[in-house]
Amino acid sequence: MDNTYSKTADALMDTDKSVILEAKHIYKTFPGTVANDDVSLELRKGEVLALLGENGAGKSTLMNVIYGLYTQDKGEIFLNGEPYAIDNPHDAINAGIGMVHQHFMLVPVFSVLENMMLGAETTKGPFLNKKAAEAKLRDLSESFGLEIDPHAIIEELPVGLQQRVEILKALYRDVEILILDEPTAVLTPQETEELFKIMRRLTERGVSIVFITHKLKEVLAVADRIIIMRRGKVVGTTTPAETDEHGLASMMVGREVILEVEKAPAQVGKVVLEIEHLNIHDNNQMHSVRDISLSVRAGEVLGIAGVQGNGQSEFVEAITGLRRYNSGEIRIDGKRMPQEKPRTLVEHGMAHIPEDRQKHGLVLQYPLTSNFVLCTYYREPFSRHGILNENEILRNAEELMERFDVRAPSPVTVAGDLSGGNQQKVIVGRELSREVSLVIANQPTRGLDVGSIEYIHKTLIEMRDAGVGVLLVSSELDEIMSISDRIAVIYRGEILAVLDAAEASREEIGLLMAGHISE
Amino acid sequence: MEEQTPSQNNWLKKVWFSVRIPFLAIILALLVGAIILLVSGANPLEAYWQLFKGAFGSWRNIQRVLEKSTPLIFAGLAVALGFKAGLFNIGAQGQLLLGALMAGYVGFAVKGLPAYIHIPLALLAGLLTGAVFAAIPGLLRAYSGAHEVISTIMLNYVAINLSDYFSEGPWKDTTPGNIVSRLPAIQPSAEIPNIGPVPVGFIVAVLTSLLIWFVINRTTFGFEINSVGLNPHASKYAGMRTKLLIVAAMVVSGALAGVGGAVETMGVVGRFQPGFNTGLGFDGITVALLARNNPIAVILSSLFLGAMKGGANTMQFYANVPNQIIDIIQGTMLLFVTAEMVVRWVFKLRKQRDTEITVTSGWGQR
Amino acid sequence: MISKTVDKKRELSINWKLLRQVILGLVIVAAILFFNARSPEKTSAVLSSTLRYAVPLILGALCGIFCERAGIVNIGIEGQMLFSAFLSYMTNVWTGNLLLSLLVGMLTGAVLGLFLAFLSIKLKLNQTIGGTVINILATGITGYFYQTGLTTQGKLWNIPLGPLAKIPLIGPVLFNNPPITYIAILLVIFSQVLLFHTRWGLRTRAVGEHPRAADTLGVDVFKIRYWNVIIGGVMAGLAGSFLTLEGVGMFERGMTNGRGFIALAVMIFGKWNPISSALAALFFGFANAMQIQLQFMGIQIPHQFVGMIPYLLTIIVVSGFVGRSRAPAAEGIPYEKE
Repeated sequence: MDNTYSKTADALMDTDKSVILEAKHIYKTFPGTVANDDVSLELRKGEVLALLGENGAGKSTLMNVIYGLYTQDKGEIFLNGEPYAIDNPHDAINAGIGMVHQHFMLVPVFSVLENMMLGAETTKGPFLNKKAAEAKLRDLSESFGLEIDPHAIIEELPVGLQQRVEILKALYRDVEILILDEPTAVLTPQETEELFKIMRRLTERGVSIVFITHKLKEVLAVADRIIIMRRGKVVGTTTPAETDEHGLASMMVGREVILEVEKAPAQVGKVVLEIEHLNIHDNNQMHSVRDISLSVRAGEVLGIAGVQGNGQSEFVEAITGLRRYNSGEIRIDGKRMPQEKPRTLVEHGMAHIPEDRQKHGLVLQYPLTSNFVLCTYYREPFSRHGILNENEILRNAEELMERFDVRAPSPVTVAGDLSGGNQQKVIVGRELSREVSLVIANQPTRGLDVGSIEYIHKTLIEMRDAGVGVLLVSSELDEIMSISDRIAVIYRGEILAVLDAAEASREEIGLLMAGHISE
Repeated sequence: MEEQTPSQNNWLKKVWFSVRIPFLAIILALLVGAIILLVSGANPLEAYWQLFKGAFGSWRNIQRVLEKSTPLIFAGLAVALGFKAGLFNIGAQGQLLLGALMAGYVGFAVKGLPAYIHIPLALLAGLLTGAVFAAIPGLLRAYSGAHEVISTIMLNYVAINLSDYFSEGPWKDTTPGNIVSRLPAIQPSAEIPNIGPVPVGFIVAVLTSLLIWFVINRTTFGFEINSVGLNPHASKYAGMRTKLLIVAAMVVSGALAGVGGAVETMGVVGRFQPGFNTGLGFDGITVALLARNNPIAVILSSLFLGAMKGGANTMQFYANVPNQIIDIIQGTMLLFVTAEMVVRWVFKLRKQRDTEITVTSGWGQR
Repeated sequence: MISKTVDKKRELSINWKLLRQVILGLVIVAAILFFNARSPEKTSAVLSSTLRYAVPLILGALCGIFCERAGIVNIGIEGQMLFSAFLSYMTNVWTGNLLLSLLVGMLTGAVLGLFLAFLSIKLKLNQTIGGTVINILATGITGYFYQTGLTTQGKLWNIPLGPLAKIPLIGPVLFNNPPITYIAILLVIFSQVLLFHTRWGLRTRAVGEHPRAADTLGVDVFKIRYWNVIIGGVMAGLAGSFLTLEGVGMFERGMTNGRGFIALAVMIFGKWNPISSALAALFFGFANAMQIQLQFMGIQIPHQFVGMIPYLLTIIVVSGFVGRSRAPAAEGIPYEKE
């Protein structure tokens, strides 16, 4: 097999390849949901099998079953035609299965080498044999062209390199089957290309890859075969040759999906948010945000594109009052804002949809009633002279549930019992029902199903059309490109460029995300 | 805030649902106590009967139970309020001790006041002392990240040393013939009176419980305290001043503990004497956990513990069982009530999710 | 983003901080020699007292290190020590067999460790509350069963290590000690090697930092946690036995007096590292020895205020006023497999 992407030919050949792994009739339930409902799949030697589905379709659950992290309620797994009981990751590793998880499974304070060794330690007498491990790692890096410093500490490596460590970790354990769970979420388009090349190199060596994703373009670019899952079930099997983006999207969601967000041209007004020379140092006195100056005008969406971990979180936390910044100035409607005073910002018309909805956005143990007044409980009509008005709080919750389509049994349902999409709607409802002139939305659709994503995109556009300034931070390039009027690209805490969304190309933004400034 | 299930028509079932774990924990603990009694050669039935008689056998005994319960209510409220804010105030002990000391000092040193001024004054002295002493770990927690568990335990030892110093040094009882290090007896005008068999202090404690319940469940301050305890990040996001709230919660908690110490001095012991209040702060932990941090339930669990303490002497005397069996029962009760899973496992109960306690973990050195 | 490895590698930090420590060490040694030249007996007494006070703290801190490196917060060290002290003592009273008493003490600590591990791992009980339960139970049960007026048949005696014990100044302090002191010193070295140079140690640290990562690599998180808390329990048991078999030779109600908590401060001060923690314990011991000297010198400070010093010192340490450090990331959080 050569290195060109002649997948049609490969796909035809693939049918002759032997089946290495087979899962038959897997059932897995969690309290309240059926995650896998009679799921079967087969993986052939040396192929890239894409497992496509929305968030919550059950892809990761299935892979965690195969990797031994979960135990299936029913169903069997066959390895090379033999039934193979996988009760824990140890069994999976012994069977030559490796997995790169969506959230990296690396010990942040350990070195690359220590992470390699963990669970597969080479010892000399009672002691660790770090030399032998290092030699093995260097061999692997060389033969696969995956360069890495064995003594680097994980938390000091950029995410792209951390992913490389994860792949090396699997190779270190001599995998024959490699499961990649949403591996491109943290990569630039160019890094994604690089990853696909590595995947090809692996399959040439006989490694079989299961590639979990919800991104249609990627599936078409790299997969030999595609299995589509929806609501815990396999709904179709196809190949890139037989289908296109629209076909995949409708199979994945179960209905026609509009891939583009429709919007009218922006009616831009005065500047609502001004950020000047913002600098943030992290705990080690390194810059996590360097000299950012930006402005958001009424009636536009300013998108901030960038690979996760390039200072976006710190930037948003600083402008929303959750983090101290070292220098710079933030103005809303021309008024200078104080440091670390979220309430002042709220009073000046800022709404904040936080990145981590469970950490910052909600008190999970609280009922919806309380969560809906989390930022306004101290004001009339929700309280007077420090005493809460329960009736008003309940009425408010009922109204917002109706208006923002929050599906919950009752207003006193505990927020933690809701699905991710409904939790996000609670936050969006709470934030956008106030009198606002500026919305800061950080990763507002992460981990949501397509229906909720569409809803939140629509709501943001509505806010824009109503004359509100929107600052959208997202590491999903597609999201940035479809919603924004202007796009700023952040790289290592700096804004490299601000582009007009109508004129910017995917490639151009991708290069900027990787730090390449075009001449 | 805490509506549990919407089925309000069936409130009896609801009540049972929320009291069953503590109730079963008590039963299990009494069983364990009985086994230990058997092992050490005593008759558990006889012991428990004497314990019961000692607690409720006469009006005088009932009054003693109420007296003993009063400081427990305050200590329990102190710990419960801390838990609400996500703080484990093991230091209630030290705050209580110093509150008792200061109330004892004001009680004997200030002379010539009518009771209606002297009693509140001495209580206020205890309250302020507890509040100030609790402010230290509160400030350390909020601004330096020192975990309150270690700092309050250490401050407990500091409190012991301080109260020892005052009782054998400057404020020592100099009555001829006294060799014990203690403070002089408080003035009669500082003694908390009774109405029939009911000590006035107990009434104050019950009213305080109701007040604390109202504050926690119906005020914005309570909303903030609950929020900080359950999710400090979201509270900061929502514009609450989380550090200040942590200090405030500690101060209120300490004030309650201080009053607890004061009523112990003024209503039970009659003077400050080191060693008389040992363990009250730890009892507060049991009371709060048994009551699952509900201020109203604190009254009931205090009465239960107070009954055990009130009856203990009778039991020791008539059934010849060492007092410390009460500590063991209390410890086991604490174990069972906290390790709900054990109780559930023994009695095959279903999980109930809304009464979880969130206490900060780790040492918080950010 | 550029690699900056100063505070990150806490176990490997060989840098200017170490240099600072070495200089500090040399100053201390110089001071000791200076005082030794002036009054040899007193210096020797101070050093011995330092070590005696430090030993239970070292062992307690080791208990904390094993538990917390594996991700379990152990606030019940105080109770483990008290319980072990009591049962060691009672065994000594009943049998007079010191070796057996020592073993009983270690076993008690281990059993309580198992109990804490069960509460926090299996039942997922809040670990701080779990430890507090152990403390309260220990106070209650030892108080219930303790009777005054019991007599033992002696305590552990000094074993001079031949010619080593004859080295001036250091000899009598370091090489003429009862067995638990020697064991404690050996355990510090053993623990350091175990944690940083063996498979067990690598896995333990991984479980304390990122249990899920360890789990995905086939490491049995629960097993690692159980065993480390039990090993820690043995250390706490030794600390308790030290108090009744080597230190005081008697049992008193509540005799641990907060040592279990001070040990936690020692652990934090020592950045969860056995050797650093041992040095931190010696620092506490030295402060205590100086306090005793102050009292002998008849300084006009009430003894209660002097007695507060170790507790205040602990507060200062946990407040991070003397160098911040980072606790294992996963400590206190129960691990859920699904």
